[in-house]
Amino acid sequence: MVTTTSPPPDVALTGGRRRGPDRIFRGFAVSASGIVVALVVLVGAFLVTKASPSLAADTASFLSSREWSVADPTNLRFGIAQLLWVTVISSILAMAFAVPVAIGVALYLTHYAPARVAKPFAYLVDLLAAVPSIVFGLWGARVLMAYVQPLQDFLKSVFGWIPLFAPTSVQAGTIFLASIVLAIMILPIITALSREVFKQTPNEHKEAALALGATRWEMIRIAVLPFGRPGVISAAMLGLGRALGETIAVTIILSTTSGAFSWSLFFGGETFASKIANAASEFDTPSTTGAYIAAGLVLFILTFAVNAIARIIIERRKAFTE
Amino acid sequence: MAKRIDVKDLNVYYGDFRAVEGVTLGIDARSVTAFIGPSGCGKSTFLRTLNRMHEVLPIGRVEGEVLLDGVDLYDKNVDPVAVRRTIGMVFQRPNPFPTMSIFDNVAAGLRLNGTKNKAELTEAVETSLQGANLWNEVKDRLDKPGAGLSGGQQQRLCIARAIAVRPQVLLMDEPCSALDPISTLAIEDLISELKNDYTIVIVTHNMQQAARVSDRTAFFNIAGTGKPGRLIEIDDTATMFSSPREKATEDYISGRFG
Repeated sequence: MVTTTSPPPDVALTGGRRRGPDRIFRGFAVSASGIVVALVVLVGAFLVTKASPSLAADTASFLSSREWSVADPTNLRFGIAQLLWVTVISSILAMAFAVPVAIGVALYLTHYAPARVAKPFAYLVDLLAAVPSIVFGLWGARVLMAYVQPLQDFLKSVFGWIPLFAPTSVQAGTIFLASIVLAIMILPIITALSREVFKQTPNEHKEAALALGATRWEMIRIAVLPFGRPGVISAAMLGLGRALGETIAVTIILSTTSGAFSWSLFFGGETFASKIANAASEFDTPSTTGAYIAAGLVLFILTFAVNAIARIIIERRKAFTE
Repeated sequence: MAKRIDVKDLNVYYGDFRAVEGVTLGIDARSVTAFIGPSGCGKSTFLRTLNRMHEVLPIGRVEGEVLLDGVDLYDKNVDPVAVRRTIGMVFQRPNPFPTMSIFDNVAAGLRLNGTKNKAELTEAVETSLQGANLWNEVKDRLDKPGAGLSGGQQQRLCIARAIAVRPQVLLMDEPCSALDPISTLAIEDLISELKNDYTIVIVTHNMQQAARVSDRTAFFNIAGTGKPGRLIEIDDTATMFSSPREKATEDYISGRFG
């Protein structure tokens, strides 16, 4: 008879010891992400269902018309052309103002400022994000306007022949002014994110540049900025997303223009958000409300598209960043 | 193109902490000098004072003289940026610029110096890559990211980048410690070739490597934690490995070290 050594104790290799906390945490994480996805889908579905009856009844071209008469349910005529223009141009201009400043501040904080200055300064920039947007709106309309006007007049007199800078009847609440205030409002988020990515630039890359005889600025250009580029792009897009949706400050600042239109930055108008906010008291009939919800749907899609573009840009750069 | 270095009574500090104390030594032009010694003995720190990289740290500070063919690199009128253009450096971990192609990596230093001429750049890139024994492996993919190469190739790319600006001296801080034996051999062969044109200083943990590639060897040691590192002795490599003057050197080289 062949004797064998006794087999190892029968440890359950399959099933058995599923760790409880593991399962609980997994369930929590999955449901948390599930809720986020569900919320986005539900919001989208809500917008589509509420907007579609009015869109079907719209007798003007929704995408290319600048009309907006939604009071009579039997004759809805509304289009988003002007809203889209004002929203997009004011946000892009805000981003154009904010991004260079944010990059400059972030580079100063990470590569120039001594530590005892950098910390309080970074904190101050973050505090800018804590200022309520109603305060920005009031400040822009009551205070900043007076300082921006001379600049506007100068631009109008020099570049007035360009449609974008053409003089208009609007004096106070221009798209230009709204963009500057929007720029200040999105500055903290872009600065904070850029600061984080610049801080993460590997020391090896910075040393490589310095050892080649790069000055500090050249080191930043060769090592820090290329490394931070995807991060800065996504920060800028995040800022753009915020500017697109900003409501109260824009509502206070922009002069409404009741149907008139100009390509000029020195004209007024309404963005999607300010249009909806201005009309909040008129949401009495489903067809009127539906028209505004249709505008909201476009804003929703626009913001989505901006984020998608940011993703694509970051992905495309990936081969060179890992 | 190569120059000699003379160091006189050099002390290196991190803030108030003296990391390296009283180093005096000479490094011949067109030779390979190896720095060996246990971890923390200050050999890398000392190496970084030779091209003023140590003071890149906010708390880095140096006392004493480093003479490059008689010119003190720490003179008030000397620009550290110019020093680093004259004295190249290769680091422990290969660090090609990740966002740049192979071509752009090698051309980076030349572009910093203001070379814009495309033909001139192309020629310098080819010469440097050939000088780094990398040309045949990458000539068909110069536009691909430098970070896509193997570790050994990346390190040779970094050497090509360093020699592209035709430096007087090439400092190498443990250039093979992150590489496999085959790549290490390739770099060692390269060092032997480069010494015809450059003054080379190499820090290494590998004593066989020091014995293989260097003409002269300097042994650094540290008395204990918190004490400054010192140069124990420097001599011809053959002498150092056969009959060193100091007992500490012999103990370290023969592996009898504490």
